[in-house]
Amino acid sequence: MSFSIARIYAVLVKEFLQMRRDRVTLGMIVGVPLMQLFLFGFAINFNPKALPTAVSIDDPGVFARSVAAGLRNSSYFEVVAVTNSPSGARRLLQEGKVLFVVEIPVNFTRDIVRGAKPDLLVEADATDPAAGGFAIAALNGIAAAALRDDLTGPLAARAQGPPPFNLVTHLLYNPESNTRYSIVPGLLAVILTMTMVLMTCLALTRERERGTYENLLAMPATPVEIMIGKIAPNIVIGAIQSAIILAVAKYVFAVPMIGSLPLLGLGLTLYIVANLAVGYTFSTLAQNQLQAMQMTVFFLLPSILLSGFAFPFAGMPRWAQYIGEVLPATHFLRIVRGILLKNNGAPEIWPDVWPLLLFTLAVVTLALARFRRTLD
Amino acid sequence: MSGAGKSAGALAIDVKGLTKRFGRKLAVDHIDIAVPEGEVWGFLGPNGSGKTTTIRMLCGLLRVDDGEGTCLGLDIRSEAEAIKRQVGYMTQRFSFWEDLSIRENLEFVARLYRLPDGRAKVEGTLERLGLVKRQAQLAGELSGGWKQRMALAACMLHDPKLLLLDEPTAGVDPKARRDFWEQIHALSEQGLTVLVSTHYMDEAERCDRIAYILNGKLVAQGSVGEVIEQSGLSTFVLEGAHVRHFLSELQGKPGVDYAGFFGAALHVSGRDRAALEAAIAPYRGRPAIAVSETPPNLEDVFILLQEEAK
Ligand SMILES: Nc1ncnc2c1ncn2[C@@H]1O[C@H](COP(=O)(O)OP(=O)(O)OP(=O)(O)O)[C@@H](O)[C@H]1O
Ligand SMILES: [Mg+2]
Repeated sequence: MSFSIARIYAVLVKEFLQMRRDRVTLGMIVGVPLMQLFLFGFAINFNPKALPTAVSIDDPGVFARSVAAGLRNSSYFEVVAVTNSPSGARRLLQEGKVLFVVEIPVNFTRDIVRGAKPDLLVEADATDPAAGGFAIAALNGIAAAALRDDLTGPLAARAQGPPPFNLVTHLLYNPESNTRYSIVPGLLAVILTMTMVLMTCLALTRERERGTYENLLAMPATPVEIMIGKIAPNIVIGAIQSAIILAVAKYVFAVPMIGSLPLLGLGLTLYIVANLAVGYTFSTLAQNQLQAMQMTVFFLLPSILLSGFAFPFAGMPRWAQYIGEVLPATHFLRIVRGILLKNNGAPEIWPDVWPLLLFTLAVVTLALARFRRTLD
Repeated sequence: MSGAGKSAGALAIDVKGLTKRFGRKLAVDHIDIAVPEGEVWGFLGPNGSGKTTTIRMLCGLLRVDDGEGTCLGLDIRSEAEAIKRQVGYMTQRFSFWEDLSIRENLEFVARLYRLPDGRAKVEGTLERLGLVKRQAQLAGELSGGWKQRMALAACMLHDPKLLLLDEPTAGVDPKARRDFWEQIHALSEQGLTVLVSTHYMDEAERCDRIAYILNGKLVAQGSVGEVIEQSGLSTFVLEGAHVRHFLSELQGKPGVDYAGFFGAALHVSGRDRAALEAAIAPYRGRPAIAVSETPPNLEDVFILLQEEAK
């Protein structure tokens, strides 16, 4: 075998020519990384702030109000609800509307005045331990600082020294802050989205590239029939994958599964279908397999980075949260953590079910609209 | 000719002004075709003349830019889905699933058309093709000719009323080609209509009628005899030892519209008979050269048409 620079050059030129012909892919190769870089560079925040918090006040006194005001002014917390019913605040926590409930008990003010060191109770949703760490650490200081200004006159002595209250932290749903408990269910969401989109993103692209598309179109199959026929077999694959991941989660990582498994199955089915539909839609849009793969990556990265899997959702800027709210992974992540760790039932997961349904419907509609019944 | 004469009834294909543009290029330019039921039509024309494009429009695979018409009485613009159910279309390029076996491909087709006797149809087809033993072989592993034969069988599985065949015999051996045409004629006896594109003149001659398309325009149609007649062409044959040297002399002479070899003989054709005779005259009576007149064949006519279009 001889070695020839001229022949290498021949291949090189051919490759460049072919690359140049495919403008769309070329654009994606430049545009997609840039877009992702800006998107995630600004969206990701390792020190989450403005975490949604409910304050439950049972005490009409001045100190209670000071603590609430202190929370409101802090950058770590965003007080989204003030209530006087601890059970109401708890429900917000269960539904995932808030990550913290700060409970100021009856006689908080009186006890401080008496020097009795009342409890200041914090309940934190620890399904994602990463979300709350900094905030809880900051809470003691925030409350103490808020009170310091009120402790004047005869109480001025209390302003010095240790805080005049006991901070009691309850980590709910994942008391040991085991990050596995949040990551393993999250992996279910991420792995499924990855494989399911990949399974279908070439569904039509492959037919088009192999020339079988013409034959398929020449025969009497409607777009809906083709879509269902191409998506359905992959649901089985998704189910098998889910079973494997859940079994490993339970028996290897000892992730608690306190919720209803049938309900989880329902959520899984919906999520799998949503992702298969995304892949199928990509295959109606892509001109070739490379484009289909690019689109898939374009979808996967935000599903990992903006869904609350890699970084706490509540800590992202508002605009990034809006993007996240569109993604199926975001909602499924809440569903699966909610069911497994919080024992959520149908009413609690519904707020994340309907967005999945809506998403699927929108994507399927797009796929059917984009399905070309002709070759032009 | 098999179907000729019984074409009193309806038209299987009836289109007028059929037009297709790709960007600025007119691929098909206002074509009228009327194929009576039960006839076998040959669709001829040079590469890139628009045969495939026309066929695709007929079965709803390409949008029609202009023109209208019906296939099997159904509107080609609005009833494409209904047309698909009754038409068998064989693509020019092999378009079955190479990663499915022969049998699996046939079964897939049978199911898509929801054939009630699909199983029997598939068995029968495998048997007729002589592929029973190889039914489990992947379609992608078949040789080119066998792929064609399988594709043809598959597109006839649902007993279509109209067959649109795009170069079905390209790369098929002579025996299989003959079998194919026997089958086509037998089916046409039963009322099937066939439009078949081909580059083979012998196949054109097996058709009831031919349509010749050039640069997207239909330039000749009718029976083979009619097309030759319409051309007004006369052809002389020069045979003998050194006729090869005369080609360049004859080309471009007044009266010679086209000169070229047909086998070993030199065919010289022209529309102006008197001028052609004059051009030939110097070669008459030369020793070892035989000059004779022959009825022009289809190839002469087509090549002339193609030359004239340049
Ligand atoms: N998808 C397309 N995009 C652009 N131009 C096309 C497309 N398909 C066909 N054409 C052009 O339309 C013209 C007709 O092509 P068509 O395939 O119908 O020719 P044909 O008669 O079938 O040729 P052949 O005998 O080589 O199969 C050609 O000039 C071709 O380049
Ligand atoms: Mg063609």
